[in-house]
Amino acid sequence: MDARPEAEPAAELRAGELVLRHRLSTRLWHWINAATLGVMLMSGLMIFNAHPRLYWGHYGANPDHAWLTIGDADGIAFPGWITIPSYYSLADARLWHLAFAWVLALGLLAYLVRSLLNGHVRRDLHITAAEWAPRHLLHDIAEHARLRFPTGAAALKYNVLQKLAYCGVLFGLLPLVIVTGLAMSPALDAGWPWLVDLLGGRQSARSVHFLAAAGLVLFFLVHLAMVLLAGPVNEVRSMLSGWYRLPEDRA
Amino acid sequence: MTDPALSRRRVLAAGGLGAGSLLLSGCDRLNASPAFKGLLADVGQLHMRAQRLITGDALAREFGEADMSPVFRANGSVRSDDPIYRAHLGTGFADWRLRVGGLVRKPLELSLDALKALPQRSQITRHDCVEGWSAIGKWQGPKLSTILAAAGLLPEARYAIFHCADLLEGKPYYESIDLIDAFHPQTILAWRMNDAPLSEAHGAPLRLRVERQLGYKQAKFVMRIDLTDTLSGIFGGKGGYWEDSRGYQWYAGI
Repeated sequence: MDARPEAEPAAELRAGELVLRHRLSTRLWHWINAATLGVMLMSGLMIFNAHPRLYWGHYGANPDHAWLTIGDADGIAFPGWITIPSYYSLADARLWHLAFAWVLALGLLAYLVRSLLNGHVRRDLHITAAEWAPRHLLHDIAEHARLRFPTGAAALKYNVLQKLAYCGVLFGLLPLVIVTGLAMSPALDAGWPWLVDLLGGRQSARSVHFLAAAGLVLFFLVHLAMVLLAGPVNEVRSMLSGWYRLPEDRA
Repeated sequence: MTDPALSRRRVLAAGGLGAGSLLLSGCDRLNASPAFKGLLADVGQLHMRAQRLITGDALAREFGEADMSPVFRANGSVRSDDPIYRAHLGTGFADWRLRVGGLVRKPLELSLDALKALPQRSQITRHDCVEGWSAIGKWQGPKLSTILAAAGLLPEARYAIFHCADLLEGKPYYESIDLIDAFHPQTILAWRMNDAPLSEAHGAPLRLRVERQLGYKQAKFVMRIDLTDTLSGIFGGKGGYWEDSRGYQWYAGI
């Protein structure tokens, strides 16, 4: 399937050349996961509308102290244009959320297993000791702040900020949003009481679930901005067909 | 002259907006399709299988007195306007009887005193509303299994239906559980809550506690328990008031 392993640094590659950048497994998961996250977020916001208050601890209801309240007590926190369905229905939102939860969790699991086995994690996502060095990190941050992105063959390798963002999502936010979701299930809490205890209680799990979702939204916005800045046609094509044109050197 | 980069950006923006509104109206259209919702429900039903496989007959977490909610929120029906119910409430349920019937060998009529005289279970558990909030309270009452054993289930019995005295939107409240939950040791008929007789707002004289499911399964104002072999033919046929009226899932373990 793969003509060339992704992100393999090769000396003979020159700016302007087309290279096969993303494997089929990466491309498939990327789009399935993007659509699934959209459904999860929008149906999740509808579920949140049913009780737009967040608490810490095992319990939390209207008489208790909420650390976050969105909208007034019985008001609608999130408008219809950003929820599934667009009209109030907790029952329907739960149908969507709980069905697509399987796609999210099993999709992530399959992708992580595949990426560990095919070397994607080790070769493309692993952050080396050199990259962790403060000098290197600061340099990358400065380059990003100036919107100077790598060109030529160097653009094939993820830079350290990219790696941090992708690893944060793959190994941080996505697993967190899944386990906090599971911890809200009263049946699963009977089977795995350690999970909800680890998270500090069901209401804490619900709060962390919301925060992790907010983190994923933040990632999405930055991700989208970077794609637009780095050349949206080339970036989107590479994630659809796999083919990526190496950016020209800056004049 | 048009700047090609700008026009491309415009096309992308317009495409994004178009895709966004298409997505939204598409989701609403899908949501209106019974076939699609049936598919979502079927996939969601996998949660019951997976959870029962993982959980087995594990007990819900029980808390200590110090962990209890200072105020236990009452929601849903907080009163019943049924004249017979109000008369019973006035006399402290002295002449009231819980009826157990349907697919049983021996239909029962149990007074509140008879229920109090049965072996009791007391548990401090977390109550999770489908809306998202939780409250921890103390519940006491006989195990449902004790009552079902006394009535003697016929082999065809598969569900316990709980008929309630309250109306929601003019319709009688009811709920149902299968025998796995009916015989779970924490499934009790609570007549006592937080060390006091159950108040009307919390469903006096009896409230079902099915500790591993969400709040809408915890039927209040329980008047009658019917053992059946099916849920169809009972009100809307989906096994509960919220299931019939809003499409909530019958299995509420998640």
